[in-house]
Amino acid sequence: MKKKNESAIFFSRLWKFFASIRLTVVLLLSLAVTSIIGTLIPQNQSPADYFHNYGEFFYNFFSALNIFDMYHSWWFQVLLLMLTINVIVCSLNRLSTTWKMVFIKIPRFNVSKFRKLSNKEEFTSNRPLEDLRNKYKQAASKKYGYYRAEQTDKGFCIFAEKGRWTRLGVYTVHLSVILLLLGGLIGSIFGFEGFVNISEGETVNSIRLRKTGQTHNLDFEIRCDDFSVSFYETGAPKEFRSTLSIIEDGKFVLKEDIIVNDPLRYKGINLFQANYGMLPPEEITLNIMSRETGMVYKKKTKIGQPVELSEGVGTFVVKDYRNSFNYKGINLDETFIGVLNRKDGNSINIMLPLNFVSFDNMRKGDLIFSVADYDNRYYTGLQVTCDPGVLVVYSGFAVMIIGCFVTFFMSHQRLCIEVIKIGSKTKVMVAGTANKNKLGMQTIVKNFSQNLAKL
Amino acid sequence: MNSSNLLSVVTFVYGFAAILYIAAWIFKKTFPGLLATWTALLGAVGNAAGIIMRWVESYTLGIGHAPLSNMYESLVFFSCTIVVIYLVIERTYKNRIIGAFVMPLVFLAIAYASLSPNINDRIQPLIPALKSNWLIAHVVTCFLGYAAFAIAFGISLMYLLARRKKKGKGYLLSQFPGPAFLDNLTHQMVTFGFLFLSIGIITGAVWANSAWGSYWSWDPKETWSLITWFIYATLLHARLMRGWNGKRVAYVSIIGFMAVLFTYFGVNLLPGLHSYG
Ligand code: HEM
Repeated sequence: MKKKNESAIFFSRLWKFFASIRLTVVLLLSLAVTSIIGTLIPQNQSPADYFHNYGEFFYNFFSALNIFDMYHSWWFQVLLLMLTINVIVCSLNRLSTTWKMVFIKIPRFNVSKFRKLSNKEEFTSNRPLEDLRNKYKQAASKKYGYYRAEQTDKGFCIFAEKGRWTRLGVYTVHLSVILLLLGGLIGSIFGFEGFVNISEGETVNSIRLRKTGQTHNLDFEIRCDDFSVSFYETGAPKEFRSTLSIIEDGKFVLKEDIIVNDPLRYKGINLFQANYGMLPPEEITLNIMSRETGMVYKKKTKIGQPVELSEGVGTFVVKDYRNSFNYKGINLDETFIGVLNRKDGNSINIMLPLNFVSFDNMRKGDLIFSVADYDNRYYTGLQVTCDPGVLVVYSGFAVMIIGCFVTFFMSHQRLCIEVIKIGSKTKVMVAGTANKNKLGMQTIVKNFSQNLAKL
Repeated sequence: MNSSNLLSVVTFVYGFAAILYIAAWIFKKTFPGLLATWTALLGAVGNAAGIIMRWVESYTLGIGHAPLSNMYESLVFFSCTIVVIYLVIERTYKNRIIGAFVMPLVFLAIAYASLSPNINDRIQPLIPALKSNWLIAHVVTCFLGYAAFAIAFGISLMYLLARRKKKGKGYLLSQFPGPAFLDNLTHQMVTFGFLFLSIGIITGAVWANSAWGSYWSWDPKETWSLITWFIYATLLHARLMRGWNGKRVAYVSIIGFMAVLFTYFGVNLLPGLHSYG
């Protein structure tokens, strides 16, 4: 018996703790302040980089606190979890009261309360009571969803209201926060994020996961049929486009072009254009010019395949291809590296940068080499994601926008028109309240009263 | 005249309007106030015209896109939204002193865009990542939010000044609107800003998801917009707490605007995906 009591007390204390708005403010501020850390310290870099940048002591200290992946650290997750519990408990705590108020059959009004309001207008009229009653009823019904008239000792009262349901807006905002956190949780448990590079013409059926670096097999195959890149005149990239085919169980399923901002979605898996690169060319056509005679001849070759030079000078072989090549501190970009082997045993390295065709001219050799043509093949870099939580998150987005709009810009307005007969005249009072935007309600009451006075 | 020249002229128009608002406040005269309103309106019209011209110019250059793609363009849009929202407030509440606190901010924003050597005012082609209809929705909603927060910031400053009136007498403060009015107006601006900041973050998330497959990646700019959002959520709740009077709420509003500024300018010093404001 005693034990049960104790746990009940403990539970009610816990409930109280989580029902407090003070806790909300503390949690929101803590989230704001701690989130700053992760923007100052780059996240998810390699341990070696951190060690180098922060030294041993801070490296160990930050590692212990998970600062290098802080948004997924236990303590940040605890803050989010507490916020979730806080918002649920707090909302449940108030919901029953609000619910009763919103779904009441016959709303209660109290004239004396309206009389005490500061937001009140009064005027007198010479019209007969019955006349006013019909006119005012009409006016109230035009502006308010609910209205009713009541007989009083000296006259009548009209009560009107609208937007009672808007009191639920704040609960939908809080619901949306829960949906977002829930969607994020679903995504982190059941989703994955990875990448894959596919050469033109190649087919793959697995990707590499970003977090762990492990291989992840897909239920289907992706083939890259084509990749192209276009540039603006300024040299800035204009468009990256990959043509992808999906193949399942050896059967072709579909073919689609993807560009940045327009991914391919198949079976819950999304393929995004992320980056691209050049593959080492296979077919190369060399231009070989004799300095003495100016004679030019062309030779087709492949990497590693020696070319017999005319007049028995020797052989030339293209050894290597580099995406960037540094020559005396200048980056020559895409470059072939070849070796000229002379009959006399002399051999010399020759650079053939694709962007500087006459580069070899500077060597002042008797033969000038350059690249006339080569097949350029690309690989496309795809970001591959799967996130079953997205739908929940998106519904959270929609609910949040609607909820905020209702909460901020709509209100529960209550209005009372009291008409009393005093001698041959009638005295009219118009008073109103709203649960939000009290300044706005003042204007509404004023305008409504002026309208009534004109009737 | 091209759009950049027009917008440079607008910068001076706004500067003049700011001086007029301050003069109207200090000298308690109606005429400079009236002139200030018309100058601000003229500035807003020129500002909007500049934005539209720039849009057209980008099409004549063959790289047509909405003028919301870099720091310069977003600052120009930012100043235009602040002025429009401010003028609506001025008309609604028939009060020009707020202008003395808001118009200098507008002037600073557009002057920084037009005159700072760090900011490029050339029309540039869109890089592939920015080619999306979400760009417009995202930038417009974010900047509506930021504009509202900027005005809330100005009004919060006034609130703190007005509160001091009780102790000193202050000739300058004598015509201030009452603290309750200012507090209410701050709250209105913050709610407006909060709604649009929320939509801005949401459109950004949806865009990120359609461009590179994850709606949230804790990129510094994203994170800072979330920090800003947390701060204003704190403000909305702090008002409901007993003991938190308008003064503390005004401080939170000022801190919130500092976070906005950092999200906007400071984050560019940190590494991340966003290439513009
Ligand atoms: C990120 C999370 C949250 C967001 C975005 C949020 C948003 C809001 C908004 C927009 C309002 C309306 C404020 C106004 O009317 O001016 C509100 C009110 C409120 N919030 Fe939250 N909230 C959050 C978390 C919480 C939490 C954790 C609690 C738990 C105690 C809470 C309790 C309340 C209460 C009690 C109200 C007042 C409701 C009323 O006016 O009757 N909120 N919230």
